[in-house]
Amino acid sequence: MGYLEGFAITWRKFARGFVGDDIVTTEYSAGTRSGRHDEKRPKPERFHGRHVLNRYEDGMEKCIGCELCAGVCPARCIYVRGRDNDPADPTSPGERYGYVYEINYLRCIHCDLCVEACPTEAITESKLFEFSFTSREDAIYTKDELVVGDDGRPKRLPWEDWRVGDDEFTSGWVRATAPQGSAAYENRVAWSGELGYGVRAPEAGQASESATVDPGSHGHGHDHAHDGGHH
Amino acid sequence: MGDPLYAGGVGLTVVLVTLLKVLVTFVLLLVATMFMVWFERKIVADMQHRIGPNRAGPWGLLQTLADGTKLFFKEDLLPDRADRIVFRLAPVLAVVPAFLAFAIVPIGGNFAEGGTVSMFGRETFLQLADPPVGVLFFLAMSGIGVYGVMLAGWSSGSKYPLLGGVRATAQIVSYEAALGLSLASVILVNGTLSTHQIVAEQAGAGFGGIIPNWNLVVTGVVPAIIFLIAGTAELNRPPFDLVEAEQELVGGFNTEYSSIRFALFFLAEFMNTVTMSALVVTLFLGGPSGPVWGPEPVRTWFFPIFWFLLKLVVFLFVFVWFRGTLPRLRYDQLMDLGWKALIPLALGWFLLLGAVRVARNEGWNLVVTFGAITVVVVVAVTLLNLSLRAAQRQRLADAEVNA
Repeated sequence: MGYLEGFAITWRKFARGFVGDDIVTTEYSAGTRSGRHDEKRPKPERFHGRHVLNRYEDGMEKCIGCELCAGVCPARCIYVRGRDNDPADPTSPGERYGYVYEINYLRCIHCDLCVEACPTEAITESKLFEFSFTSREDAIYTKDELVVGDDGRPKRLPWEDWRVGDDEFTSGWVRATAPQGSAAYENRVAWSGELGYGVRAPEAGQASESATVDPGSHGHGHDHAHDGGHH
Repeated sequence: MGDPLYAGGVGLTVVLVTLLKVLVTFVLLLVATMFMVWFERKIVADMQHRIGPNRAGPWGLLQTLADGTKLFFKEDLLPDRADRIVFRLAPVLAVVPAFLAFAIVPIGGNFAEGGTVSMFGRETFLQLADPPVGVLFFLAMSGIGVYGVMLAGWSSGSKYPLLGGVRATAQIVSYEAALGLSLASVILVNGTLSTHQIVAEQAGAGFGGIIPNWNLVVTGVVPAIIFLIAGTAELNRPPFDLVEAEQELVGGFNTEYSSIRFALFFLAEFMNTVTMSALVVTLFLGGPSGPVWGPEPVRTWFFPIFWFLLKLVVFLFVFVWFRGTLPRLRYDQLMDLGWKALIPLALGWFLLLGAVRVARNEGWNLVVTFGAITVVVVVAVTLLNLSLRAAQRQRLADAEVNA
């Protein structure tokens, strides 16, 4: 009797679900329930969220107004205008700086191509994605809103719902991968310092030349065996 | 027989007590419906590894209220091609019988002691009405309720609702017969159509003093199962929800409905589910009967109502369980099950019960009686099968000719 077996299955599932076992739904809402915030699943390290514009340790902006991000953007949501730095009081270490920087989040698809294109790690993404706004003006983030604050952390706007961890590791450091794309590539630190954090230490797998990893133990020796010869 | 409340003429107290009962029945059914919607969503969620509503109120209990409020404030649309009067009438036609049908359900009263409770110094039944034709009244109301679905489909001026309405008509006609025939077994055994009397008949101790004297046992389980299946079909609940098969008919008969009119259909559907469960409990599981203890108000008020609600929840769960387990029937499977399985089975069982009763009353030899019954059953089943097969051959031959 196939039908009766089916009833047994749904009963077993019900019994387990009733005591809270085996439930695949994770509680998620940006709201509160009986006064406390819902817990959320941890987000992936390289989550594509709302952008931030980074600054160097000395407070200088990293953006040099080159407009490469605007050029590469497939959704055409970035608007940048560069301007020459005032020699007496420069905004960025280079010749020029981003005078106007706007991102329209009604168009942005969070593809991260702007981050890839940026030559100075100026634009990166945080892990924040809950920033529902109620007007088109709010949807267009201006430079003031995007640039990190003096503590090196992204600015929190009234309609944004930041949670613990969303604003950590938002700089170019977390995006740093080797030129050939392998996260395990081992070489010297190539990312720039950032306001409030300095030059971050490498993650496991991104160790610098001086680190105590013996390169001959796996990668190198293995190659030899495969090549069948020697260099 | 009838309610002792009305025995001494109708005075002010009687009217007030009746009004109170109307109010309580109305509120109870509404609350039960609200609970049922929440209950169904929670149980099905548990069966599907989900959480279910848990935002509005404790454990999401107020979710139905929130949904209802939202529906009431939605835009009320009237399609251009709709029949305006019938379109407006249909939801009302669905919801009013759903309310009325619940009136005949006894929800309390200690039936070992007459089944009455004392209310403001008056003895009365704990049910809104006890007409001598109570069961027929229920059938009539569920029959009228179908008009709501049918007319809604017809008056929408749209093809999918029309198909949904047509399906509803065919389905209800098919399953009302099985429903009625399984009811006939109960009526045969209890010898009454009044729901109060039917419950009173089931009150005593049954076989061996342990097994309760419920119609479930007395009529031999089969009518109860047929009633449950036919009832599910009558309610248009899964697996018999062809009327609103989303995958085929968009939304079914209520595709063109929105706002409060849609809410009324929704309400009617769940009220009917509650009523049907209550009917199963009343007809087959002895209604509010069960072991009672304690002093006067606890014995006549608390325990019977408690037992009734407990049994009710069990059957509500069964309906949800059906939904969580069974996939929707195909249209021909639906008709096959109704006409070729349930109706012959219900009719055969009714005749069998009748034969056993006659044999017992006349004092016939039991062995001979059961032998004769077995022979008749075997012959009937064989004949039925032969006729079904002959009909199938004929159909296939026709199909070949036409092809």
